[in-house]
Amino acid sequence: MSKTLIRGAKVLGGEPQDVLIDGETIEAVGTGLTDEGVEVVEADGKVLLPGLVDLHTHLREPGREDSETVLTGTRAAARGGYTAVFAMANTFPVADTAGVVEQVWRLGREHGYCDVQPIGAVTVGLEGRKLAELGAMHESAAGVTVFSDDGKCVDDAVIMRRALEYVKAFGGVIAQHAQEPRLTEGAQMNEGVVSSELGLRGWPAVAEESIIARDVLLAEHVGSRVHICHLSTAGSVEIVRWAKSRGIDVTAEVTPHHLLLTDELVRSYNPVYKVNPPLRTERDVMALREALADGTIDIVATDHAPHPHEDKDCEWAAAAMGMVGLETALSVVQQTMVDTGLLDWAGVADRMSFTPARIGRAGGHGRPVSAGEPANLTLVDTAYRGQVDPAGFASRSRNTPYEGRELPGRVTHTWLRGTATLVDGKLA
Amino acid sequence: MQRHLISAADLTRDDAVLILDTAEEMARVADRPIKKLPTLRGRTVVNLFFEDSTRTRISFEAAEKRLSADVINFTAKGSSVSKGESLKDTAQTLEAMGVDAVVIRHGASGAPYRLATSGWIDAAVINAGDGTHQHPTQALLDAFTMRRRLVGRDTGLGRDLAGKRITIVGDVLHSRVARSNVELLHTLGADVTLVAPPTLLPVGVPSWPCEISYDLDSTLPKSDAVMMLRVQRERMNAAFFPTEREYARRYGLDADRMAKMPEHAIVMHPGPMVRGMEITAEVADSPRCTAVEQVSNGVSIRMAVLYLLLGGAAFDAKAAPEAANGLVDTHPRTEEK
Repeated sequence: MSKTLIRGAKVLGGEPQDVLIDGETIEAVGTGLTDEGVEVVEADGKVLLPGLVDLHTHLREPGREDSETVLTGTRAAARGGYTAVFAMANTFPVADTAGVVEQVWRLGREHGYCDVQPIGAVTVGLEGRKLAELGAMHESAAGVTVFSDDGKCVDDAVIMRRALEYVKAFGGVIAQHAQEPRLTEGAQMNEGVVSSELGLRGWPAVAEESIIARDVLLAEHVGSRVHICHLSTAGSVEIVRWAKSRGIDVTAEVTPHHLLLTDELVRSYNPVYKVNPPLRTERDVMALREALADGTIDIVATDHAPHPHEDKDCEWAAAAMGMVGLETALSVVQQTMVDTGLLDWAGVADRMSFTPARIGRAGGHGRPVSAGEPANLTLVDTAYRGQVDPAGFASRSRNTPYEGRELPGRVTHTWLRGTATLVDGKLA
Repeated sequence: MQRHLISAADLTRDDAVLILDTAEEMARVADRPIKKLPTLRGRTVVNLFFEDSTRTRISFEAAEKRLSADVINFTAKGSSVSKGESLKDTAQTLEAMGVDAVVIRHGASGAPYRLATSGWIDAAVINAGDGTHQHPTQALLDAFTMRRRLVGRDTGLGRDLAGKRITIVGDVLHSRVARSNVELLHTLGADVTLVAPPTLLPVGVPSWPCEISYDLDSTLPKSDAVMMLRVQRERMNAAFFPTEREYARRYGLDADRMAKMPEHAIVMHPGPMVRGMEITAEVADSPRCTAVEQVSNGVSIRMAVLYLLLGGAAFDAKAAPEAANGLVDTHPRTEEK
């Protein structure tokens, strides 16, 4: 396999260095590395990050290939700078058996744009009643370690307790979609000032916070670890902060859209802003940014949720919930966290690569950019400014809330184990 | 010139007064032997009703016919909509048939706004009630009724409702009538008080331009008009209140309570009334109750709205509001005028 020299890259935002890739591995990091007989990529001051890892992606295959497939989703991931994505279990059939998770894992391997690590369902059919065969999924070729009924909350306290206990045997983690179902029946948007004016049924913050409070206490009681998906309220931040101060083994993620957008946008009744959990208030957004900066929230995860056009081109109540996010995530994080001075690029590498890989036990990902490590890398032109044009997306779906919005930064190159999946912004 | 009527919040004080004054003109037509004007001859209006509402549909239809418009009635029941056709396709199909205005009633909040702003159709859109969001012509006919009764039919011309104390009682949470009335009455200078059990008030209600009370008896003596909202019996199944009897006892309007109101004060109800629940038969049938009058005023108001939107006379409301564009420059859709 040939060698590639990335010349003059700001590794994790530091001083420009050269990075030499040999085969699947980083051979050397330093200055003035020889370019003899190697392919050279002039980084020219761009920022080099470890390949991004998304702990929360919906690839829709099997079952909803009209909105996304493993191929189109992993191509979108490569465009966004990701080298590994965790695929959520709410497919058709549900990823609640070893057979389904192995199929998804294998498709990711075959396409080669991005490693796909399937997430297994916690309960059979996501129905919240009976534990799925968590051990079998862990022992399958897919090696599942993250389990989630995402899209639905594991709301039965006994089932949640048992799941938390059970996965301790093999180092698994339950990723909870925190949404108390009775408090959110028919809910359409964040409950507050805007919902009261728009006449859309409210989705109270307490529906999320009460489940998080219960689950961190359950995790403490049984000595297990728990991960909170797409945390969206200031109150949730306080609960997680309290839990961590008590030594509870809890981790939490925030989506890019909850770092930027607020429920004021729902005044347009445009379902492109309809998402679960819903867009909250500016106060929540600011609390989430602070929490991501101080480490209370551990990671950014996209909750990339593709939907076909017709599911958004309708009245609000009839529309599907969710937004695509893989191809805009890093730009939104740059705008909300880096350009605001809350996080440096080393911090971004931590929140979007090192820590998600650690939570999900994604071997070979989220490693330092240093000699001997797997060459999973992302090169970012942080000086770039441009409008989001969904027509250029690799995702099969276009349901982005950022159409026409100017966002900073652009991923120009992605390498998966030394092989370029994205070159000069074009998929390889 | 505003092309659509989606929300009472879209109307300025001057827009609203113009509509009320025009409605007085229209009311005179009803007094003639031939109740018809040629204003909208050759224009086609479709009443697009995705939700059953015989009284609102008939009121619009009467208004359209008195203005000589060609009227198409479309109800979702038994149509292609029940077979899964989308709002967009339905609207585009109707527009392809040459419709000038769409009067829409829809169960989903925001459906008329979507119809007016998504580029699906060019026709004018009039909101005849959407979910629990807005019902602007109801608010206009209520304001019209108040102005006639509390200010005077002729002396009221050109005037608003400055200083009038209006109390709205009942299921505010699920009421598009309450939302529309709070916006419009505030625009017209009235002082609005909402009275309801806390379960039937939205969480965001403290931001509304009105007062809140949980106690009807103390509010009645300070009211020039008391508007009773319908309370559906099913609400008690979702624990909004314990029983029908308890609701009626605490928030229903009976003769004893009506006696606490000032002499001149009126009782209003948008209909349909649930007698024995929010209002007793004695109050509903008393001369102080304007429920029937509101129905006839509804036709005049809808004539005025159709005339002003389609007849060419400019009524200068602010343009359709833009969506907020992010954190910094948010434009609340319901700015105070």
